[in-house]
Amino acid sequence: METRELTCIRCPIGCSLKVTVDGENVTVLGNHCPRGMEYGKKEVTAPTRTVTSSVRVTGGVLPLASVKTVPEIPKEKIFDVMRAIRSFTAAAPVRTGEKLIENIAGTGSDLVATRTVEQK
Amino acid sequence: MKTHELIVVGGGPAGLAAALGAKEAGVDDILILERDERLGGILNQCIHNGFGLHTFKEELTGPEYAERYIRKVEELGVPYQLHTIVADISPDRKVTYVNSEEGAVTVQAGAVILAMGCRERPRGALGLPGFRPAGVYTAGTAQRLMNMENHAVGKKVVILGSGDIGLIMARRMTLEGAKVEVVAELMPYSGGLKRNIVQCLNDYGIPLKLSHTVTAIHGRERVTGVTISKVDENRKPIPGTEETYECDTLLLSCGLLPENELSKSAGVKLSRVTGGPEVNDKLETSVPGVFTCGNVLHVHDLVDYVSEEARRAGQNAAQFLRSPKTEATREIPLFCEGGVRYTVPQTIDPVHMADAVTVRFRVGDVFRDKSLVLYFDDHEIRRVKKNVMAPGEMEQLILAKKTFADHPDLSRITIRVED
Repeated sequence: METRELTCIRCPIGCSLKVTVDGENVTVLGNHCPRGMEYGKKEVTAPTRTVTSSVRVTGGVLPLASVKTVPEIPKEKIFDVMRAIRSFTAAAPVRTGEKLIENIAGTGSDLVATRTVEQK
Repeated sequence: MKTHELIVVGGGPAGLAAALGAKEAGVDDILILERDERLGGILNQCIHNGFGLHTFKEELTGPEYAERYIRKVEELGVPYQLHTIVADISPDRKVTYVNSEEGAVTVQAGAVILAMGCRERPRGALGLPGFRPAGVYTAGTAQRLMNMENHAVGKKVVILGSGDIGLIMARRMTLEGAKVEVVAELMPYSGGLKRNIVQCLNDYGIPLKLSHTVTAIHGRERVTGVTISKVDENRKPIPGTEETYECDTLLLSCGLLPENELSKSAGVKLSRVTGGPEVNDKLETSVPGVFTCGNVLHVHDLVDYVSEEARRAGQNAAQFLRSPKTEATREIPLFCEGGVRYTVPQTIDPVHMADAVTVRFRVGDVFRDKSLVLYFDDHEIRRVKKNVMAPGEMEQLILAKKTFADHPDLSRITIRVED
């Protein structure tokens, strides 16, 4: 049996969690909402993160469009995802919510635009 | 002279929510003045996630959060002017603005909402020793350069100050391939949210050195290194503790300052603690008809709270426009003691207040296992146990109007930290 003390990162409250792993059983204490429960369980078994960054845009009113991974990707894939983001260029217009890269870096997650960049 | 019922100064999260609050409350003649080339303010450069959990019950990035408000402003047809700087506001609510199409224009506003936001504490205000080489940025400037303008900022980085923008930028620069050597924090605690220490520093193995400050910046043309030293309990560097990091960039995340030059020209009384206007429970300043919200009022930790506060400011401005003359009011002052640094609002009118008024404040130190206690004169009204309170995180208490009915002779409200 192993107990880990974590800070939940699901919202700015930052609840202090006590997560106990006993074989298959994971118990989470200290969370104030179901998201904290989910975070505690995932963090000790298969931690995930949302990666946010931006991609270059050609022909747009802005040189960059901000992006995020949906859903979250495995934590250990962060830098693989960043390599894929850096080597990608989108053409304007880009719309918020538009899928720019499917299954980015083999994670099963998509890279989605988080801002609209109109054509110049 | 042209007139508008309501002028909102600033088109960031506070200005947008304030304008929408007023519009929903029936004000049609609104003008938002924004100096940048787009609405949304600082959210445009905050491309990380974590916004909107309170407002939209989902986790959004800054640009997505801004876009929802901008879309609403467009849908409802609330007028706004970009590229427009407000140069002056007079105590009788004449607003002078300047842009390249109209030149300088003065308009009479029925009510004004101040939503100018805040600025970063600059290098000059920190008393950092050394030359003035290139490569020293405030964290927010670096954030804008990287996230909006596609400029590289640096490859090896030291960060002074553990405010949230500094923490977010530590992660951002790491993701872009830079090496962040260390985050040094003058205080014995971080000024940022705990979740940001975890997901921005711990995730990437970036050390946070508390009670440390920069004691030398090396390099003449470009930063070549930064020396940090441990500080004693009086925040004075301790000789012999110097460590020098080779780097090309120093980011400063050393606090945010509400930007109130226009408030001063309007004759608005400012709080010495928050740097923002003193307000009553309507978020109205000392100048009648001039309301305020967001980071120009006091620096918030969450944009969701800014939106909520700003919406109320908009509703209250609408109320003022409907019936500007109220009889002389009784304003009960709020006092803070035992570790509470300030409250917003600073006064409450028990007769004309809303059914519930949210009082927001910050504490001046890290407190563990303490209570927040609310007093009406000497009567304890409420006691809330708190596991942890820290200066980086805003606290709030909600005061119900009905509580005031039991205390007709109330002369002061006090919020204290107690055991």
